[in-house]
Amino acid sequence: MLDHIVFYFFAALAVVSAILVVTRRNVVQSAIFLITALLATAGIFLQLHAEFLFIVQVILYAGGIMVLFVFVIMLINMDVSLHQIQFNRQWWLGLLLALVLGAELTIAIAIGRSHLSFGEPAPASALEPSTQLVGKVLFSEYMLPFEIASVLLLVAMIGAVVMAKKKI
Amino acid sequence: MLMNVLHFVISIWVPLVCALIIVAVLPLVAGYIVLMERKVMADMQARLGPMRVGPHGLLQPIADALKLLIKEDIIPDEADKVIFWFAPLISVTAAMLAMSALAIGPWFQIADLNVGLLFIVGISALGIFGIVLGGWSSNSHYSLLGALRSAAQLVSYETAAGMAIVGGLLLAGTLSTREIIQAQNDYGTWFAFAAPVGFFVYIVASIAETNRAPFDLPEAESELVAGYMTEYSGFRWALYFLAEYTNMVVVASIATTLFLGGWLRPFAGTPAFNFLDYLPSVLMLGVGGYCFYRAPKQPVKVQNLFMLAVGLLMILAAIILAAPLIPAVANLLPGLKPGLHGAFWFLLKVGLYIYLFMWLRFTFPRYRFDQLMRLGWQFLIPLSIVNVMGIGVALVLHRHWGWGHLPAFGLTTLLTLLVAGWLGWEEEKKDKEHVFVGEA
Repeated sequence: MLDHIVFYFFAALAVVSAILVVTRRNVVQSAIFLITALLATAGIFLQLHAEFLFIVQVILYAGGIMVLFVFVIMLINMDVSLHQIQFNRQWWLGLLLALVLGAELTIAIAIGRSHLSFGEPAPASALEPSTQLVGKVLFSEYMLPFEIASVLLLVAMIGAVVMAKKKI
Repeated sequence: MLMNVLHFVISIWVPLVCALIIVAVLPLVAGYIVLMERKVMADMQARLGPMRVGPHGLLQPIADALKLLIKEDIIPDEADKVIFWFAPLISVTAAMLAMSALAIGPWFQIADLNVGLLFIVGISALGIFGIVLGGWSSNSHYSLLGALRSAAQLVSYETAAGMAIVGGLLLAGTLSTREIIQAQNDYGTWFAFAAPVGFFVYIVASIAETNRAPFDLPEAESELVAGYMTEYSGFRWALYFLAEYTNMVVVASIATTLFLGGWLRPFAGTPAFNFLDYLPSVLMLGVGGYCFYRAPKQPVKVQNLFMLAVGLLMILAAIILAAPLIPAVANLLPGLKPGLHGAFWFLLKVGLYIYLFMWLRFTFPRYRFDQLMRLGWQFLIPLSIVNVMGIGVALVLHRHWGWGHLPAFGLTTLLTLLVAGWLGWEEEKKDKEHVFVGEA
């Protein structure tokens, strides 16, 4: 019961703030609601006992990426965008896609519901700590993708340095 | 059945009471840290510091808090009112939330999280939004520049602090605060001695992260008035201050937990040093005795009485701390000694760490912003990465090659120090090449 309340609270928070992100005209307010949406998602992770994902979501998205977003937004002159009319020529395409996606999800859930049976969730005390699990899997089974991802990040970093520096 | 109910009540109420204590006591603690800072500063500058309110200024924080509460709350006309209103709250909430995973002694912990230390670091990092949004919403150039500096500084130094923490975590092999302290007990030494370079990097990075001198550029008064807090006044300003001092307590607690052995007594594993168990009581008795000695010399009757009351409280604390050492009491309540003495040692270490912060603040001149960034990116971050590698090597030497603790960690620390020396030398060289305006 408590689990449900917590889940619906975070889920509603995430959805409402996600809607507010795209409807607010003030960019800073949009950024704040994006932070709220990300934190609400983190809350859902926590409720699923995925503590590691929760804290990574908080540190990386809310703490790292969003700080950079806000940093950049602060330097923009916002008066111009505040007085412009909001417009979007592709709104009909967006609406169509949203409807199609919604219908798809509804059908998938309607069909899948009768076929899927979820077992009883394991008690929280029986779960292995997720931090250790993530570490083990990352450094054994997914070693190669992990290393490739880090090389990709390194390339991106070097690229950024090369572009930012006039003289190396 | 009864046991189940009891268990449930304990599992809910103990964390709740702990949380209430933290929220209620932290503002007071922050106030007294401010007083302590003013007193330490006065001492180092051969002055007396606050002396008027209460004996030796002991009631000054309460008077200050009262003043801030009834001060007019000014919101600039052009400010973004909603964001201006709640920005300080973000900072305070983040700082206080971070306290929830800390273990102040084996008794006092709100939640022993599986990701404890990461949680503390990650949540306290969210406080930066309070600073950035507060600076932006004030609609003032000083505030905005202060906020920008603060954000840049926090993001840069968080990397160094994070890597320093990773070094400690490698040794502990866990993220839970409780188990980290347990691991140091098993090692027989604090991680500050196993990874001294990591500890040093963490000290520097934590000073920068809490925006304190010599890295207090976001609030450099000669350049930016008061940085992001320029437009704030009254209670909201006090909230920023509270967040800043809470953050100090948080970083000091992280350092204590990870590097200084948490609630462990010095030489916890050596029976020959068991006499240190008496130190808490003796210390309290000493402070109480000094209060009694000073009481008759107070100029006013009220101050005299207040001093006596403080002395009595100290003696009471000494008796409470001494109680678990009596065998009869220890047999009755076996958990009493680790609980009380653990909290004492933890708070003592946190206090000493904060004292170190103050000492550094009054000793060093402020850095320039480019110097700050260079120190962070070109010295501390490479050094902390080398430190992590060094600890990894030491662990391999110790666990797989059967080396002792001392040779393994000694060798890698030496190598890391060599790298530090090389990095510092390179910095020196660059500094000499730098031509200052007007000098050329």
